[in-house]
Amino acid sequence: MRDFSYLRADSIDAARQAAALPGAMLLAGGTTLIDLAKCGVTEPETVVDITHLKGLDGITVDDRGATIGSLARMSSVADHADVKSRFPAVSEALWQAASAQLRNMATIGGNLMQRTRCPYFRDPANFPACNKRTPGSGCSAIGGVTRGHAVLGTSEACIATYPGDLATALVAFDAIVHLGDRQVAVDDFFLLPGATPDKEHAIAPGEMITAISILASAAARRSTYLKVRDRQSYEFAAASAAVGIEFEADGRTIRDLRVALGGVGTKPWRARAVEEALKGKLLEPDTVRRASQLAIEGAVDHGANHYKIELAPRVVARAILKMGETA
Amino acid sequence: MTVHDVRSRHGDSKRGDASDGAILAEAVGGRLSRIDGPAKITGAAKYAVEQQLEGLSHAVLVESTIAAGKVRSIDTAAAESAPGVLLVLMPDNALRLNTATDWLGTPPPDIPYCPLARDITFSGQHVAAVVAESFEQAVAAAALVKVAYHETPAIVDLDDPKAGDGIPIDTMTKEWGDAQAAFAAAPVRICAAYNTPREYQAPMEPHGLIAHWQGDQLTVWEPSQWLDGMARTYAEWFGVPFENVRLVSPFIGGGFGSKAFAYGYGAVAAMAAKMLGRPVKLAVTRPQTFTAYGGRAATRQTVALGADAEGRIQSIVHRGVNETSVDGMWVEPLGSVTSIMYATPNFSSRQNVVRVNTVVPGALRAPGENPSAFGVECAIDELAYEVGIDPLEIRLRNYAEQDPEANKPWSTRRLREAFAAGAEAFGWSKRAPEPRSMRDGNQLIGWGVAAGTYPVRRAYGEAMVRILADGSVEVESSSIDMGQGTYTILAQTAAEVVGVAAEKVVVKLGDSRYARAGVTGGSRLAGVMTGAVHKAATAALDELVGLAISDPNSPFHALQANTLVVANGRIASPRGDGPEVSIAELLGSVGRSQIEAMGDTMPANSTADDRYKNYTTIATALSHTEGDYSRHSWCAHFIEVRVDEDFGTVRVSRVVSALDSGRLYNPKLAESQWKGGIIMGIGQALLEEGIVDRRHGRIVNNNLADYLIATNADIPDIEVISVGIPDPHSSALGGKGVGELGIVGVAPAIANAVFHATGKRVRDLPITLEKLI
Ligand SMILES: Cc1cc2nc3c(=O)[nH]c(=O)nc-3n(C[C@H](O)[C@H](O)[C@H](O)COP(=O)(O)OP(=O)(O)OC[C@H]3O[C@@H](n4cnc5c(N)ncnc54)[C@H](O)[C@@H]3O)c2cc1C
Ligand code: SF4
Repeated sequence: MRDFSYLRADSIDAARQAAALPGAMLLAGGTTLIDLAKCGVTEPETVVDITHLKGLDGITVDDRGATIGSLARMSSVADHADVKSRFPAVSEALWQAASAQLRNMATIGGNLMQRTRCPYFRDPANFPACNKRTPGSGCSAIGGVTRGHAVLGTSEACIATYPGDLATALVAFDAIVHLGDRQVAVDDFFLLPGATPDKEHAIAPGEMITAISILASAAARRSTYLKVRDRQSYEFAAASAAVGIEFEADGRTIRDLRVALGGVGTKPWRARAVEEALKGKLLEPDTVRRASQLAIEGAVDHGANHYKIELAPRVVARAILKMGETA
Repeated sequence: MTVHDVRSRHGDSKRGDASDGAILAEAVGGRLSRIDGPAKITGAAKYAVEQQLEGLSHAVLVESTIAAGKVRSIDTAAAESAPGVLLVLMPDNALRLNTATDWLGTPPPDIPYCPLARDITFSGQHVAAVVAESFEQAVAAAALVKVAYHETPAIVDLDDPKAGDGIPIDTMTKEWGDAQAAFAAAPVRICAAYNTPREYQAPMEPHGLIAHWQGDQLTVWEPSQWLDGMARTYAEWFGVPFENVRLVSPFIGGGFGSKAFAYGYGAVAAMAAKMLGRPVKLAVTRPQTFTAYGGRAATRQTVALGADAEGRIQSIVHRGVNETSVDGMWVEPLGSVTSIMYATPNFSSRQNVVRVNTVVPGALRAPGENPSAFGVECAIDELAYEVGIDPLEIRLRNYAEQDPEANKPWSTRRLREAFAAGAEAFGWSKRAPEPRSMRDGNQLIGWGVAAGTYPVRRAYGEAMVRILADGSVEVESSSIDMGQGTYTILAQTAAEVVGVAAEKVVVKLGDSRYARAGVTGGSRLAGVMTGAVHKAATAALDELVGLAISDPNSPFHALQANTLVVANGRIASPRGDGPEVSIAELLGSVGRSQIEAMGDTMPANSTADDRYKNYTTIATALSHTEGDYSRHSWCAHFIEVRVDEDFGTVRVSRVVSALDSGRLYNPKLAESQWKGGIIMGIGQALLEEGIVDRRHGRIVNNNLADYLIATNADIPDIEVISVGIPDPHSSALGGKGVGELGIVGVAPAIANAVFHATGKRVRDLPITLEKLI
């Protein structure tokens, strides 16, 4: 039997120290960690259970913004009244993610850290080649089943999609990841695969996500998360868009716009080119559709995932236009 | 509880079926809720692999990681020395088993059977197994077994250039008239290819078993759609008498065709249990449910329809192909609906089977009829547009007044009534005929129709009915309830015949020691078992009444009556002029602890051998066209879809289905089975597909996050309407098949609706978004 030690952390410091040990992994809701352990992908030597830590599950929302503790459950954040009213995209991203059972277990910290659903990554017994799992071993996905793989931010080493929904909304609104005292912009927290797809996050051993924070903004208040997939529920995005918009006093000219894409990139994908193209413009369907094409600048497909290049700009355009309708 | 209370509980529903009016919920035809429901909802129901046994050990399978080739060597050193390991099984140390008789009753070749392979014919094949004290130890040790292979090129699927045309299956050939010539001469012609992918049963309860030997007696706890058939297989594998094998399977968490046979992993577990002298549990993992047995074979069909200018079919030319495995044979009868749905003077259907490197495919709800209907029911829709008439009208214009293949009248065919009732409830007459002519914002709306059918499969049944000292009734059968409602309808049948409340009937199923039963498959069980229980219960009642009339100690003895009536558990004379006593009181006064009657519907002169064959193979099943009639259930589905024109996503927004399953023994349960079939059909149409990595010949989406079945959010309200009438030629009590009918025709109705919505004809299931954007 593969033995591992189980350690229940009683303070953040203790958790961090334990997590710094080689082979140690934090355990929050366990919906990624235990799943991957069963697949034979993660083999922690020490599991550091942080779910009993006090004070990490708070959700505070005020005029300046929101701070969400890393142990807050996905379902609690999704249902939080002030999150819903001031950051609708965040709530919507969460309730469209996973299933009710998973959302009740899973935490916000664990959610950011969820791993790719690349089927080759998840099956080491059959597919030993995976640069993300075993650096230098190759990539089994390239040339294989790629329907779910990324079209943005890929490298020769890895084309795996970052599957999460929440992070897409967070990237749109410049959220900050709190690693205790250290803070990292969420866009910088997620790394491109490049030659080192095994390195996914700007987090060092012994660090732990303690909270995320988002500044309040008019764009965040008028925001939405649009997730497109074949199955109406309980499926990762074929393509998704988090969009927030602020109009000038005329109610038609775009003052501020935030756009991020999910389900198409190797990391949550901020589409600044779309934002820049539309700022100062009137919100008109044709303009929006044209500008939305910029969302997939530089996209590269691997056959079966080509549809994502068609789909993503349409999802962006629909989300922007939907926000305009409510003006 | 009196019977009248029960009726008021079920209120005043009007459904156009037998539940209208005065049928009591507890009698046959009443809407009694599932008796096994509470146990399942509360978790009290104990499933096969949940049994706790002293000394239980755990087996875990090692599977091939290549699709074709040979095992060169297996290094078990590390696994054998891992903690807790009791046994590492490989072909080298496996017990020699016999090959067993197949389900058709074909005598087996005299060659040994080994459930662990040396010659690899598909990825995921069992090559070894590790048994350990704990499950975790077995999992860890199984990962240490190192298998070296000599890999050869695999034929990964039907599209593989190496696959070839396959083997013609002559028994599938059906021809009348001159189909080719008539097609060539027809003024209107359409010809198209329709494909269905590998699909999987995906039952909620994965497979698995606990095997336990005591001497040469084997007990197997295993979810099973066919206890007697599987017991026979185990007995023959291990060379012990049939009676020595006991299969126990009280609850089944969904089978859909996948739990009717003993598979290789069962042989592995039973073999390990024998070698170790300990009970062994083997729980098939969710990924292994994609390779430990087969799902529905991928299929390809071409359908050519030739018609006159009014859309009257002159000729149907049909060609089908399904995949099978390298060393097994599965024929998915693709012409089964094609040949009977519409009247045509000229017909030709042929089918080939292509060997590819997969596990041998198996039965999945309506094998044959399901993909067959996808072909012909899409094709006739295409013909309707070609001719320019309504898709419902073209179906009526080509209505088959009798079975065109068997040339016999239908026993009952209420398909015209189904079309009428469904169209009315759906509002079909308001349909705008042009594709892309109905929309709601970004949503293109489409309405589609398709018909479905399933043959009435019949067999002989057996049941034990006991009237116990306390006046309750016990029914025993080795048949099973995997959610269809066997517990409930057999209680209703026995209650009605004996004259007690259904709650006074205890139904015991799922133990091969009980009265024997054939396969629960092909939608036959309800018809078979209600007939058998009816017969046994009638015999028990006759004996009870006989005792009451003739036993000197009976309170009725002095009455000199010819007969007595039993109702609500009480016995009285028909004129009410004598005493009235409860069944318990009567049995007490005549000094009997119980009355026991075995009933079966086998022909009177049947031998023991005939009986054995009837319950352990399907060799004695009665053809649905035997005698003077052709017997089938029928249905018509009316479906509305909404297709997002930018995203290509399809959502089913409305379903109205009208179905003819003859008489319904319990409309509530029949409706829920129909709906289950329709739900499964929605998943099949839009989501389900085993995706093969073509370099490795391996299914990569082998889990329920990636193999998509419909969720609640994908399913709108479904209206089902029963249009059946009792069919005396189909079963003792007048019912036809229910379980498989509902799924047949759903996928083509959706594909037709998608065409109506978008103008795009998708002939490849599933209809995923990239096919529409
Ligand atoms: C079937 C399925 C479907 C899903 N569908 C979706 C979907 O549609 N959309 C979506 O967004 N997600 C989806 N998910 C992912 C799900 O949201 C994540 O599994 C979940 O959010 C992880 O949270 P957790 O608390 O369970 O993390 P855990 O499993 O406990 O941890 C995950 C990882 O994060 C690390 N970790 C945990 N907490 C911290 C912390 N505070 N600091 C640093 N590291 C930490 C752990 O060490 C581990 O490596 C799905 C998951 C499954 C299994
Ligand atoms: S895409 Fe990335 S995760 Fe998937 S196999 Fe290739 S390297 Fe591994």
